[in-house]
Amino acid sequence: MEENLKNQNQNFIKIFLEELSRNSLVFIFLAIFTGLVIGGILAAATTESIYQAFDVSFSEGVKASFELIWSTYSSLFQGSFGKPNEMAASLFSGDKDEVLGAFRPFLESLVTTIPYLFSGVAIALGFKAGVFNIGAEGQLYMGAIMAAWAGFTFKGLPPIVHVPLALGVGFMAGAVWGFIPGFLKAKTGAHEVINTIMMNYIAFNLTTFLVTGPFQDPNESFKTPVIEESAKLYRFFDPPMRFNIGFFIAIAAAVIIWYILYKTTWGFEFRAVGLNPNASRYAGINATLVTILAMSISGALSGLGGATMMLGVTFRQTQSLSTGYGFDSIAVALLANNHPLAVILTAMLFGFMRHGSRLMQLQTGIPIDIISILQGLIIFFLAAPAIIRTLYRLKEPKNEFEGVLTSVEHREGARMNGN
Amino acid sequence: MASVLELSNITKRFPGVLANDHINLRLEKGEILALLGENGAGKTTLMNILYGLYSPDEGKIKVSGNEINISNPRDAIDNGIGMVHQHFMLVPVLTVTENVMLGNEFTKSGVFLDKQKAAQKIREISDQFHLNIDPDAIIEDLPVGLQQRVEIIKILFRNAEILIMDEPSAVLTPQEVDELFKIMRNLVDQGKSIIFITHKLKEVMECADRIMVIRAGKVVGEATPVTADTKKLAAMMVGRPVELKVQKEKSDPGEIILEVKDLTVLDKGKKIVVNNVSFDVRNGEILGIAGVQGNGQTELVCSLTGILKAESGQVSILGKNVTTSNPRQITELGVAHVPEDRQDDGLILPFPVHDNLVLNTYYLPPFSKGALIQPELVKSNARELVKDFDIRTPGITAITGGLSGGNQQKVIVAREFSRPIKLLIASQPTRGLDVGSIEYIHRRMVEKRDEGTAILLVSTELDEIMQLSDRIAVMYRGEIIAIVDADMVTKEELGLLMAGVKTEISGKKRKPRQVREIVT
Repeated sequence: MEENLKNQNQNFIKIFLEELSRNSLVFIFLAIFTGLVIGGILAAATTESIYQAFDVSFSEGVKASFELIWSTYSSLFQGSFGKPNEMAASLFSGDKDEVLGAFRPFLESLVTTIPYLFSGVAIALGFKAGVFNIGAEGQLYMGAIMAAWAGFTFKGLPPIVHVPLALGVGFMAGAVWGFIPGFLKAKTGAHEVINTIMMNYIAFNLTTFLVTGPFQDPNESFKTPVIEESAKLYRFFDPPMRFNIGFFIAIAAAVIIWYILYKTTWGFEFRAVGLNPNASRYAGINATLVTILAMSISGALSGLGGATMMLGVTFRQTQSLSTGYGFDSIAVALLANNHPLAVILTAMLFGFMRHGSRLMQLQTGIPIDIISILQGLIIFFLAAPAIIRTLYRLKEPKNEFEGVLTSVEHREGARMNGN
Repeated sequence: MASVLELSNITKRFPGVLANDHINLRLEKGEILALLGENGAGKTTLMNILYGLYSPDEGKIKVSGNEINISNPRDAIDNGIGMVHQHFMLVPVLTVTENVMLGNEFTKSGVFLDKQKAAQKIREISDQFHLNIDPDAIIEDLPVGLQQRVEIIKILFRNAEILIMDEPSAVLTPQEVDELFKIMRNLVDQGKSIIFITHKLKEVMECADRIMVIRAGKVVGEATPVTADTKKLAAMMVGRPVELKVQKEKSDPGEIILEVKDLTVLDKGKKIVVNNVSFDVRNGEILGIAGVQGNGQTELVCSLTGILKAESGQVSILGKNVTTSNPRQITELGVAHVPEDRQDDGLILPFPVHDNLVLNTYYLPPFSKGALIQPELVKSNARELVKDFDIRTPGITAITGGLSGGNQQKVIVAREFSRPIKLLIASQPTRGLDVGSIEYIHRRMVEKRDEGTAILLVSTELDEIMQLSDRIAVMYRGEIIAIVDADMVTKEELGLLMAGVKTEISGKKRKPRQVREIVT
């Protein structure tokens, strides 16, 4: 029995690794590495003290640049994981509060990862089915505001009912926001990129309207009431720790979507339509339905992401939920080559960078925007594989059909150009 | 005198494949050299090297005795090498002159286009080689055969001495092919030289001065039409003896399986593309639909298989009205469909072979239980079919897009033929395939017929239609203008019908059916 269980466990890990290695892990690693190098150079180039050091002498300048880059990335690391020596010491001391204190940056980074994870999986699912969901941001907004509504409206429910209800409302709100562009694409051919962008604007402005109007807290303007205690997601530690069960819901969502995509007939249909809608139609698959479903589920996942932010972290909707999560998640999905399990890792990369960047700015004065530049560079290198390949003398993979960000047409074009 | 073109020891490697292995080639002034080989033999790679699209790993290229370096098509053109691609590179809405000038414009005072001068030159070229092209005609108004001549003019306009023609006959009617051969003869008589790429034995015998056979990247033989025969050439191409005759008995048609009544289909632009068509197919017979590409065959098949909605009329399969059914409902009645465009409509190229083999049955037991796909059964099914249908693939998990065209087609054939089917609709089932694969697919189709399947075969290859069909319907401009017994009609008569000329069928057959030869 035990043997069996162990085998199964190993099997799962094996599958996980296999799935990952298919996405040319080395390649992604090199893209990230190159991004960090160039990001470092940019950070140095935009800092005045570096120029002053170069005025003294060239070697001074180089030294100062390396020091700056080192401190930038080490504070980024400390901000996202914690201070390694403190973490180790706290583990030895065994004091619970000390451990939590030392690991707080790490746990907070996981909290930041949650929306990336939901929206990343949502967008990856869309790509797999051949739709480009740029509307994750708006879907996230709708999920959040509607979850807030469910959270403060229903009173006296036990948490076991209230939490799923509020999450479900957020899920549905996102689904509706995805369904509309999906339906329009399938039935009229209207391009989903345009329509999801439009839906984003509607979501932003609708949220503003709701927060300043129907959903406004009677005692405080431009905010919704705080949600009921019974609607809050379970938090594992006392405040100020915000690490909550939402993280595990997000992981579960990624695994479930992976399972559906690769193990079920629905997933087969999704992937078939995503890769070749014509052949899918010829094979009797209802491509119209798949498009609508894919957009709806994609929207629903993003909505769920918004709902977990609301119920697990913010507890009330203010006029600006901030974010940009939905847009960054396009990069999260692409970086993972649209593989739901790989999204778990790339979402963490983004979550950790985003959370760590605050400390980085505080300690080194390097603006938080450098993180956006870093992310941009990484995506850039992934989108232009030839650069990385030339830089590191990598051989072209034998079969590129699932290559990062490249489609069949692109490659044939490249070959025609005498590649 | 030096040969006009000499390639020595050309070698080109792609990852895992040796596409050209030390190929030597000589082309003399004023000759037609046919490059014969199966798909994937390396003919096109060699020509792409010559045209500057690839650079060779080893080897030299000499033009008129001078060694040259070709790194892009512009170099090739400057050295007098021109290429007529299989798919024309013309802008349909522009005139002949505008198309020919494109990229090589004559100008007045440096800025204004000088169309007059270009048109004059085109007229001269046209007269010199009897091409009969009006420089002011709009491309889209010209028939395919004339469009091809515009392509030829385009390269002559650039002073090409060496013409590479890549499968030039693929898109033409038999009459147009004859015309093309006359033009090619004209060109070489006036000092041009031609390399003619093909896998069609008959054409080689008809028009080449010299034949070079390539297999697996190597030159495996040379011959002249006088010394060679098709059987020997086919064996050289494939690497084993090939059966060139389709062995089949007379058909024994039974009940009607597919019945089409007054079917009219519109295309996207609401133009009538299938006009009031009626026919039926019985079990145990093959009905061939002959016609030049683009006469409504594609849309007819799409509407029979539920992909395109019919405007009016009725389609019944096994007595059931399926005019408004969707593809899945039609498939479930026992209809198999081999689509015309295997890469676009028949396969999901990035999928592994095993998934493409269940592309329309994945949701049925045993391949799935409820909504769960049973990967082991999908794979064992694939292993079986790969063996039964002789699909050459590195493995069942290999990406389908990496297989050769013939093997991709075998994946489709395996998927469609391995189900219990009552009706097979096969559209261009052997287009672009090599002799070995054609032989195989034809044999399988006749087998299916003999098992009692009704088969509708749509093909633009007249030879294929004549060999396989029991009855032949000719489609022209959306209408079926004749349905005849295959025994009662000659190739010439069919050719005329395909061109829209309604002729009396003489009723004389050329030779006994069973031994009619495949000429591919």
